[in-house]
Amino acid sequence: MLNEELKAHITGLLPTATFEEGGQWLTIHVAPAEWLSLAEHLRNDASLQFNYLFCLTCIDWKTHLTMVYHLSSTPYRHNIVIKSKLDRNNPDIETVSHIWRTAEFHEREVYEMFGVNFLHHPDLRLLILPDGWEGKNPLRKDFEDPINMIKL
Amino acid sequence: MWSFSNIANNIHVWLNNNFNPTITLIIEMVMAGVAVIGLFAGLGLVLVIMERKVSAWMQIRLGPNRVGPKGMLQSLADTLKLLVKEGLTPNGADKFLFNLAPFIAMIVAMLLMAPIAFASGFQLWDLNIGVLYVSAVSSLMVISILMAGWSSNNKYSLMGAMRSGAQIVSYELSAGLSVLAVVVMTGSLQVSEIIASQQNGWWIFKGHIPMLVAFVTFIIAVTAETNRAPFDLAEAESELTAGFHTEYSGMKFALFFLAEYVNVFIVCAIGATLFLGGWMPFHIGNWTGFNHVMDYIPSSIWFFGKTFFLIFVIMWFRWTFPRLRIDQLLNLEWKYLLPISMINLLVVTAMAILGWHF
Amino acid sequence: MFEEVGTTVEGDVIINVGPQHPATHGVLHLVITLNGETIKKVEPHLGFIHRSIEKMCESLSYRQFIYVTSRMDYLSSHINNHACALCVEQGLQVEIPPRAQVIRVLMDELTRIASHELWWGAMAMDLGAFTPFFHAFRERESINDIMEETCGARLTMNYMVPGGVMQDLHPNFQKRTKEFIQLYKRKIHEYDELVTGNIIFQNRMKNVGYLSAEDAISYGCSGPAARGSGVSCDIRKIYPYEIYDKLEFDEVLETGGDSFARYMIRIREMQQSIRIIEQLIDNIPDGEFQAKTKAVLKLPKGEFYQRVETARGELGVYIVSEGGTTPYRIKFRSPGFSNLSVLDHIARGSKLGDLVAMMGTLDLVIPDIDR
Repeated sequence: MLNEELKAHITGLLPTATFEEGGQWLTIHVAPAEWLSLAEHLRNDASLQFNYLFCLTCIDWKTHLTMVYHLSSTPYRHNIVIKSKLDRNNPDIETVSHIWRTAEFHEREVYEMFGVNFLHHPDLRLLILPDGWEGKNPLRKDFEDPINMIKL
Repeated sequence: MWSFSNIANNIHVWLNNNFNPTITLIIEMVMAGVAVIGLFAGLGLVLVIMERKVSAWMQIRLGPNRVGPKGMLQSLADTLKLLVKEGLTPNGADKFLFNLAPFIAMIVAMLLMAPIAFASGFQLWDLNIGVLYVSAVSSLMVISILMAGWSSNNKYSLMGAMRSGAQIVSYELSAGLSVLAVVVMTGSLQVSEIIASQQNGWWIFKGHIPMLVAFVTFIIAVTAETNRAPFDLAEAESELTAGFHTEYSGMKFALFFLAEYVNVFIVCAIGATLFLGGWMPFHIGNWTGFNHVMDYIPSSIWFFGKTFFLIFVIMWFRWTFPRLRIDQLLNLEWKYLLPISMINLLVVTAMAILGWHF
Repeated sequence: MFEEVGTTVEGDVIINVGPQHPATHGVLHLVITLNGETIKKVEPHLGFIHRSIEKMCESLSYRQFIYVTSRMDYLSSHINNHACALCVEQGLQVEIPPRAQVIRVLMDELTRIASHELWWGAMAMDLGAFTPFFHAFRERESINDIMEETCGARLTMNYMVPGGVMQDLHPNFQKRTKEFIQLYKRKIHEYDELVTGNIIFQNRMKNVGYLSAEDAISYGCSGPAARGSGVSCDIRKIYPYEIYDKLEFDEVLETGGDSFARYMIRIREMQQSIRIIEQLIDNIPDGEFQAKTKAVLKLPKGEFYQRVETARGELGVYIVSEGGTTPYRIKFRSPGFSNLSVLDHIARGSKLGDLVAMMGTLDLVIPDIDR
């Protein structure tokens, strides 16, 4: 499906979604509370069938955090990007690991690096950071480590 | 003139003249013991360097070539290294069993040297149940492996020892049945009689197809018995980091290592004796001229040549095949090798009774 | 975080495989719950080689960060660099000269063959056959020699830059690559005889680690791990980049879903790579090897995502730029990360010996996972 058709279809599913202009793929902004229902629709809708989550990450914009999900469809080969703005002090969002199993590991990584709390995640704990890591989340922009980090 | 029986006789007579019979007996036993230990050590050295050179040749590389001419003294360097290593005993290990296990492996290996005929007249102990003795004593090896695995206080060692125990006990059966095929044809368990019966041709040729089947099952079974690849689960380096001898270092590890190589030598020697004629030269039936020519080559050369050829074949297996999984290994034995050996034994018996051999 | 290494109530044993272990291809710590010889659960503990590459790249310029990425999946280092260079070029909107494109594709395919050779040798070694390792390295040495002449390095060849390649090809490149192709064709049948056709190998890999197509997609597998289950996901075919849409090669698919299918795919991928190299090696166009770009690169504000097919699967480079000389955020979507998550799913119920075969056919390179 082309970007315009996708835009029309998704506006039909979720009227409150806003779209970003530019970029190679359609980018959708949703509120965190609506993410789970949109995700289920994207996965199960017969004409969309976004069954391949190929990138799950987070960006720290100093005033807020943004979750970014890149989805692709194996039968139709269309791609979209979903973004969700999170409050920096209270970053909660629903997990999608029961829809796309790859999200389990990716969400664990975002949890430890950015501090985003994924609700109802089956096993949310540190993945790459060493056990017993005390301290802030490393990939946030305000992470200070006077011993290991060198400011250029 | 220089034959072994002559020398042995001369020594015996000289000792009897100078000492009383009991002392003579004790001195002779000590001499035999020292000779076996010397042979054990010498074989260990030779087989270690042989394995490394053969493996290098198959892997398109050179192998050890720094120590000594063409690397021939590498084993001495290895022995020296193992001697000066620290021998650690793990925490919580059963000290007595931990120290005893490698010695049992070595003792079993040395006991098995007794009935082997190295050359014409050159046999330590020609007992009338020679083949049965070898079969029985080689089963004691599994005790040392289980002891080593258990007393190491280490999960990996225990798993390796359990696997190895199951494997050795299973493959004993096929090995025994293959050996029985030759015993049936010869009618005797005595090693010297078996060799003598191959005067007019080796059993592998005289017994044609059933004997060939017995030989193949024998080689497979003894490769599994000595924990050599492709059946070397007990020491699977990439899975269990050395299995039952993980916790051994220094001299004790050297003993396990040597015992394994000497075991390979012994089972190849048994195979050569039973199927390929031992020290008997290559005779063809009643061609006396040909046989006479073959007799010029000394019998010890025949024996060692055949044994080392079989050792080379076993080494060849190691560097060609991957490892079998434990259930595949036991499947192979119980579902394939054992029925084949049993049926083969029946066929050989029929052949012996009806005289359908050469 | 570590479960107490000991026994649970039902008699299960928890053992550690790694981090230092001959078969884990890097520092990977697996905590395995075993019942006898049957695996009940596999839990990977990562992070032993985490070098915070993503955070590092936030303070490196667009020309500098490419060299750090060679160390991620060091077996396909050219392809990693290629992905980063393409992403930056997407932002700069710069046109790559045809000669540079052909050189890049040639280097990519040679790297793919070298990576699969090492995979093949290491896989056979894990299963217990030590000889194929040396045979594989003989071929890999030829490729490394070719790379050394042109790029100056044998493992982390920092050769791709935004705009093209750093230096022109060495004059001997064509000759040596043709010699390599001849050597490879002579020796490939040895691989089939020694390993692929060997019944012991086949029994160790067939029906081991079955991965269904739905699970492969859901767990985000890519590359040979997913293609072994019939999922068509070769980025070079579906979202072609560089000149892949003009080349003739097949996407290798198998429907078995077990380890043997994944194994056969990599063997055939090597042959497809040889086919690509043969198509290109005589037709390298003349011209520039690097497009003119400024010394200090500045990407416009926006986001850019580039996906390439490495030897392991789909590598994604996601750059978020705020218009400066350094990226605001870089995310590397590594293929090993998703492929590792499927290990627990396929390992349940099989034996410890099968775990080694499974890890081998998933082709995990741990620096790729930990970044």
